[in-house]
Amino acid sequence: MTSVTKAAPVATLSSSTIARLRELAGAENVLTEPEDLIPYGFDGTAALKHGAACVVMPRTSEVVAAVLRFAVSQGIPVVTRGSGTGLSGGSVPVDGGIVLTLVHLNHILEVDPANLTLLAEAGVITKAIDDAALPHGLFYPPDPGSMKISTIGGNVANNSGGLRGLKYGVTRDYVMGMEVVLPDGSIAWLGSKCVKDVAGYSMKDLFVGSEGTLGIITKVLLKVVPRPKARRTLLASFDSMEAAARSVSKIIERQIIPCTLEFLDRRTCECVEDYAKVGLPTSAAAVVLMETDGHPAVVEEEAAAMEAIARECGAISVEKAADEAHAVRLATARRSAFSALARIRPTTILEDVTVPRSHLAEIVAFVEEVAARHRLQIATFGHFGDGNVHPTILTDETDHEEMERVHLALEEIFAKTIALGGTITGEHGVGLAKKPFLSGQFDEASYALMKQVKLALDPRGLLNPGKIFDLDR
Amino acid sequence: MASTKEISEDQRKSAVRPLRHMADLDYSVVQQCMHCGMCLPSCPTYLETRMERNSPRGRIALMRAIADGELEVTREFGEEMYYCLGCLACTTACPAGVDYPQLFEHARAEVEAADVLFTPGRRFWRWLTLRQLFAKPWMLRAVGRMLWLYQASGLCALVRKSGLLRLLPENLRNLEPTTPTVCRHFSEQLIAEIETPPARKYRVGMLTGCVQDLVFSDVNLDTVEVLLANGCEVVTPRDQGCCGSLHAHNGDLEQAAIQARRLIDQFDLASLDAVITNAAGCGSHLKHFSNLLRDDPAYATRADAWDRKARDISQWLVEIGFRKPNGVAETSQVMTYHEACHLCHGQGISKQPREILKAIPGLEFVELENATHCCGSAGVYNITQPEQAGKLQREKAACIAKTGATLVATANPGCHLQIQNAVGGETVVKHPISLLAASYRAEKGEAR
Repeated sequence: MTSVTKAAPVATLSSSTIARLRELAGAENVLTEPEDLIPYGFDGTAALKHGAACVVMPRTSEVVAAVLRFAVSQGIPVVTRGSGTGLSGGSVPVDGGIVLTLVHLNHILEVDPANLTLLAEAGVITKAIDDAALPHGLFYPPDPGSMKISTIGGNVANNSGGLRGLKYGVTRDYVMGMEVVLPDGSIAWLGSKCVKDVAGYSMKDLFVGSEGTLGIITKVLLKVVPRPKARRTLLASFDSMEAAARSVSKIIERQIIPCTLEFLDRRTCECVEDYAKVGLPTSAAAVVLMETDGHPAVVEEEAAAMEAIARECGAISVEKAADEAHAVRLATARRSAFSALARIRPTTILEDVTVPRSHLAEIVAFVEEVAARHRLQIATFGHFGDGNVHPTILTDETDHEEMERVHLALEEIFAKTIALGGTITGEHGVGLAKKPFLSGQFDEASYALMKQVKLALDPRGLLNPGKIFDLDR
Repeated sequence: MASTKEISEDQRKSAVRPLRHMADLDYSVVQQCMHCGMCLPSCPTYLETRMERNSPRGRIALMRAIADGELEVTREFGEEMYYCLGCLACTTACPAGVDYPQLFEHARAEVEAADVLFTPGRRFWRWLTLRQLFAKPWMLRAVGRMLWLYQASGLCALVRKSGLLRLLPENLRNLEPTTPTVCRHFSEQLIAEIETPPARKYRVGMLTGCVQDLVFSDVNLDTVEVLLANGCEVVTPRDQGCCGSLHAHNGDLEQAAIQARRLIDQFDLASLDAVITNAAGCGSHLKHFSNLLRDDPAYATRADAWDRKARDISQWLVEIGFRKPNGVAETSQVMTYHEACHLCHGQGISKQPREILKAIPGLEFVELENATHCCGSAGVYNITQPEQAGKLQREKAACIAKTGATLVATANPGCHLQIQNAVGGETVVKHPISLLAASYRAEKGEAR
């Protein structure tokens, strides 16, 4: 075998530091070998990679607190990580930093049907939350694409969305309380089981979407809702994106709020169908997946109305899911869209721009125009009902010339989004990927306010440093 | 978004690919993994430890680090590649279409080339099994014959009673009771070289396998009977050896290529409509001979033709519209179906065996929870990683118990033995084709 020299290692931690971490967390929960660390060098985001100095896998909040207190006292940065499925590079390690992965904090502590709440540790898998609610006739609606493996702590820290946002909202709408470990190692409980609670600042809301930069969420108290009794899933295909957008606008205009209004363009449909084989039409310009749930009578009525609207707007076909299993297969297939697009080119850059719904058709058309102008392959899918689109650039990170064009295209898409009153990220978070574009969306005062908050809680800037924004002190 | 600096760094590294086996692989295969994490919940070893290196995307990250020159082939890497079951559940889960089987085989080959797992014992056992027993059909049969004599003569029972087994090292001692019972006859003694049905519609080649030939020659006979009953003339070349799947899965791609060439030479492909296998592990491998032989000018084209004609028996039967059986061989049995990993994940064949099983009268089909989860057999995994294998085996047995089935159908010799050892004597394990063959026989009032 030809011998290979190892690439320059990332900044390492001293052996006494490692020894102390082993004392605090248990030797078996501290990883330092390159074979252990390399697989923690990324999350679900393309082309973002950095080595970790050490991975710690705590099993209790107390250990999280002890490790954090020690790390901060030593000036060591800490990146909190769930299952590493994030799409903004938020949990990519930082130089010389500890990766604190919470996957072993995976216990559901309580389901309280009397108060419609559920208390879980941060490392519980999102789908396991809903599975635990199910036997009580309850429902946890947020369903990000990676729900089968993403952790609830990661969802809260990124305020994840999903396919049901239109009717049910996003993760924030379900967080009633949480346990947070603060940078000084103290453990704070925020929020309560009360539907109404205005005692003091709503501190829990500060941590929702804070991307691990303010504290480490170790437990979450979630709201659960009665499980809908019925559900209807429709699949409408259109020969133009405009017709699809028009039918979505019409549905909302007629004050029907289905739980899901997802669209996929032709290229996305082709990739998803290639993988999932669920019978998605691959010849239509756009496909809209519609789902309504609730009382059986209402569901029937809404499904019929949506079908009629789609046909009015020129749908080529409207297909009903044969049964629950088929409906689940369709939604699952839709959740695979982003990964399935990786079939076409080596690098898949997924964006997450969101505009007020009335501007949806405009942003979709703009993306198409940008793709043509910069000679790029862009597939688009997303949550039509939320105004949240995922233009996905299919490219090759090793092709510099093309990557230049990718950058230009992204800048234009972000600028247009902001001009339309939108946001550069609807549900994936800022992390590293959108950091350069964030200030463009804020006025000076609000951007400075975020930094003030960060410095108030984490004065040494050791929690997930360099994510969301850089602290220029 | 990556900065261009990071990309150029990546690119530079990817240009240096000194390692033979990983380098043989098109870099795009490694690059195909976009590390989204959709594979994690499907991976038995990740679910066990929740450590990224024990996950498919973690293993691919390590392979990529090696291809990029960031990591050497180390003992740790070697151990990781052998902790992977190779169950390929991640392949089914992967929306991005990563060719994990190819990555996995090349990575294991890299581990062997670097010899990082070397121990004298390991080297001896690998030589004995991969380069002797499973490379030379006559030797495997000779050993099989001896094993049969040992088992059939009562010597085996005597040895077990005598306590002599205590002299064996612990891992072998624990395995001894699970030694499969060798059949009295090999496939060739049961099947003529050419078997012709009364009305011939197709002509197919029949693979007798290695373990299948030794331990389940009755399944081979059943397969031929079913093919004949469906108008297929069956050509079974003599002295077939292992298809090389054992070698490829265990990092010996060189010997795997030799086995593949030998097998291709034994069949007159042009005269056949299909080449049939009834063992999932073999089928999953031998449908990709073209990958193995693509750089061999003498075989590349023939390997392509081979891949196009290779069929799992259930796939072939459904393709040609098999005749639904009428005979009731086993009455009022509750039956369930365990999906061999290399059939469902390796070949994407899930519906066809069910279609066959559901067509058999007298059997009540009950779905098995987690039917596609690995039973822990995974080639020789139950020998090399007994602890993890045992865990999966117990989970499988618990799911089977929940169905109340007295009959478990599965289409791979490894799974067959693993499950039979798990469920005990009350519940019987059968190949789906054997059940179909029995039903055909029962139509004529025959039994075997």
